[in-house]
Amino acid sequence: MPSEPCRVGLFVTCLVDLFRPSVGFAAVKLLEQAGCTVEVPRAQTCCGQPAYNSGDKADATALARQVIEAFEGFDYVVAPSGSCAGQLRTHYPLMFADEPQMFQRAQHLAKRTHELVSFLVDVRGMERVDARCEAIVTYHDSCSGLRELGVKAQPRRLLGTVAGLTLKELPGAEICCGFGGTFCIKYPEISDKMVGEKAADIVATGAETVLAGDLGCLLNMAGKLLRQGRPVAARHVAEVLANMTNDVAPIGAPAESG
Amino acid sequence: MQPTSHAFKTNVHEALIDATLQKALGMMKTGFQGKRAQAVARLPEFEALRDAAKGIKNHTLEHLDFYLETFERNVTTRGGQVHWCRTPAEARETVLAICRRLGAKTVTKGKTMIAEEIALNDFLEASGIAPIETDLGEYIIQLRHEPPSHIIAPAVHLVKEQVADAFRASHTALDPKRKLEDARTMCDEARSVLRQKFLAADVGITGANFLIAETGSSVIVTNEGNGDLTQTLTKAHIVLASLEKVVPTLEDTATILRLLARSATGQEFSTYTTISTGPRRAEDTDGPGEYHVILLDNGRSAMLGTEFQDMLRCIRCAACLNHCPVYSAVGGHAYGWVYPGPMGSVLTPSLIGVEEAGNLPNASTFCGRCESVCPMKIPLPKMMRHWREREFERKLSPRPYRWGLGLWAFFARRPVLYRAATALATRVLGIAGQRHGRFRTLPLAAGWTQTRDMPAPEGRTFQSLWADKLKKNQARHEDTKR
Repeated sequence: MPSEPCRVGLFVTCLVDLFRPSVGFAAVKLLEQAGCTVEVPRAQTCCGQPAYNSGDKADATALARQVIEAFEGFDYVVAPSGSCAGQLRTHYPLMFADEPQMFQRAQHLAKRTHELVSFLVDVRGMERVDARCEAIVTYHDSCSGLRELGVKAQPRRLLGTVAGLTLKELPGAEICCGFGGTFCIKYPEISDKMVGEKAADIVATGAETVLAGDLGCLLNMAGKLLRQGRPVAARHVAEVLANMTNDVAPIGAPAESG
Repeated sequence: MQPTSHAFKTNVHEALIDATLQKALGMMKTGFQGKRAQAVARLPEFEALRDAAKGIKNHTLEHLDFYLETFERNVTTRGGQVHWCRTPAEARETVLAICRRLGAKTVTKGKTMIAEEIALNDFLEASGIAPIETDLGEYIIQLRHEPPSHIIAPAVHLVKEQVADAFRASHTALDPKRKLEDARTMCDEARSVLRQKFLAADVGITGANFLIAETGSSVIVTNEGNGDLTQTLTKAHIVLASLEKVVPTLEDTATILRLLARSATGQEFSTYTTISTGPRRAEDTDGPGEYHVILLDNGRSAMLGTEFQDMLRCIRCAACLNHCPVYSAVGGHAYGWVYPGPMGSVLTPSLIGVEEAGNLPNASTFCGRCESVCPMKIPLPKMMRHWREREFERKLSPRPYRWGLGLWAFFARRPVLYRAATALATRVLGIAGQRHGRFRTLPLAAGWTQTRDMPAPEGRTFQSLWADKLKKNQARHEDTKR
C-alpha cells in the first residue's frame, strides 16, 4: 500500500449526493484504505456540466469558479465519476483561457483531480481490495472516464481481486449507454434506443450485476433493465470494491431486499 | 435538397419505428467498426500519421489563399480551367453553361457530396439534361429518388430486397421474372445498364477527395472504377470540389490517403485512386476534351478564423458516422440534409444556418467516439458545444429547457440554499420511492419514464449524512475528552 499519507477533497458529484450517498461512503472507505484523509467541502454542488454542455457559459463558468475555490489546498481531488472528474480535468482550464489567473488555478486543480478507481490504482498504487461479492458481473465503460481519462484497466484490475466475483466482459462496453446528461431529456427516443441496445447486450452476457463508474449511466441502464423486468442488478463499481454490496440494495431496488 | 433538419425529432421518431431501416442499420454497425479497428491495428504509425495529416491540413488552411491560387495556376498551365463559385447557384449555373456549350444531353456522375450540397441533379433535370449516377449506391438512391444517407455508403439504409425492387421498377427492358436475390447479380445488372450510359454521356462530373496545388491535379478514390469511366470517356470532366479540399503537394496527398481508406472502410487503400491532371493531351490515347474544376465556397471561407475552422480538415471518411451511436440508431436521413452524423452536426449549421439545423449539434451525448476515431483529429464534440453556445446566446434553445436550466443553476450557484432544497427533495422522493425502489412515472421526467423506470434516491443526501457523521465524531471526541 502507498507510503505517503495525503489529504483528499472528495468531489461527491451531484448525482451521488442526491441519489446514492452510499457511493460517496464507498469512495471515502476506499480512499481511507489507500491511506488518504478525506474531507468533503461543503460549498460543492455540481461540476456545472449541464450548463456547460447546454451552451450556458455564464452559469458553467460560475460553477467552475465555485468548485475551484472550494477545492483549493487539497493534495488531490477525487470524484466517483469519470464524467465529473473529466469536467474538472479537461474542461475547466479551457473555460478560463482568457483569464490568466483563473486559468492557472483551474490548471492547478485539473492536475490534482482524478476519477476514483484510477486514482486508487494509478496514484495510490492499490493492487487489491478486501472485498467479497459472490456474483457474475459485467462492466460498462462510461464514455468520459474511458476517452477523456483512460479509465479502462484499473477497475478490471481491482475487480479481479474481489473474492467470489467473476467478470464477464460486455460486448460493446465502450459504446455510449445513451444517458448523455441533458441528452436523455432532450432526445428521449434516441436515448431509449441506445439504452435498449445496451440492456440487451448486458442481458446477453448472463451477468447478474452490471457495474460502472458513473451514476448517470447506471441510473439509465438500471432504469431500462428494471422496466424490462430483467433480473440484472446495477451498482457503482465502488460499492463492490468497498465491500458494501450487503449494506445497500442495488440501484432502483427496494431497500428491504438489500 | 430542401432541409428537414428543423424536424429532426419527427424524423427520428419515424426512423426508429421503421423496421426495415433498423435492420439495415443493424447490419452496418458491425462491419465498418471492426474493419477499421483491424486496419488501424495493422499500422503501427497510424497515430503519427494522424498528427502529420492534421499538420498538413492546418498549414494549408492557414495559407488557403496561396494554395488555391497555386492550384489554379497549375490547372491553367495544364490546359484546364478553375471556376470560383461563392454559392450553390453560381456552381449550378457554371456546370449548366459548360453542358449547354457542349450540347450535352446526358451527364454521368461519380460520387460527389458537393453535387448533393448544391442539389445539382434536380437542377440539371429541370434544365433538360439527364444526370446519371454511376456509383452503385448513388445509382440505387437515384432510382429511388432519395438523398444519400451516408457520405461514403449512400444506400446503407437499404436492405437488398429494396434494391431489387428499385431495379425491377426501373430496368423495365429486362425480364421481370429474373432472379435478383444476391448482391453479385444486382451488381452485374447495374454494371451492364450503366455501361451503356458511360458510352453515351457527353459530360462527366466527379467530386474530389483532394486538389493538389503543386500539380493542379484532382484526386478521387473509388472501389468501383466508375469515377474513371465518368471522367475519361466524355467531352469534358467537371470536378466539383469545395475549397478546403486543396493540399500543397502530391506527397501530402499520399500521407492523408494512408489514413483515408483505413478510417473509412478498413481497406489499406481504395481499389482505385485516380489522379487527374488537365484535359487529354495530343499524345494521350484517351481522356476528357476539357477539364474544369468548380471551386465552391458556400460558407466555408466564413468558417476560417472561427472556432469552426478545424472542421475544414475533414476528409469525408465517415469514420465518425460509422462509430456514432446516434447515427446508428436513426440513420442518415433523420439529420435532414446532406451531411449526417457528427461531422454533419458541426458542418450543417455552418452551411445552412443554426436556425434550421440547431437540433443536430444538440443530438449528441458527447460520448467522444467520433473524435477518437477521426483521422484528422477534429474535436467534433467541442465544436458541437460551440454551436450550443451560439444557440444559447441567441435564445434559440426551447424555452422550457432554458428555464429549467436557469432554475437549476440558480440553486447550484448557492450551495447553502442548494443543500437545503436538495435535502428536502431527496427526503420526499426517497419516501415516495421507498416501497418499490423506483418510479414508473415522474412529473417533468415523462421522456425518461415512458420507457424506463427512474431509480428512487436512497432518501438522504450525502452532504446531510456526512454532516451527521462529522457531528457524531465530534460528540464522541468530546466524550473521550471528558
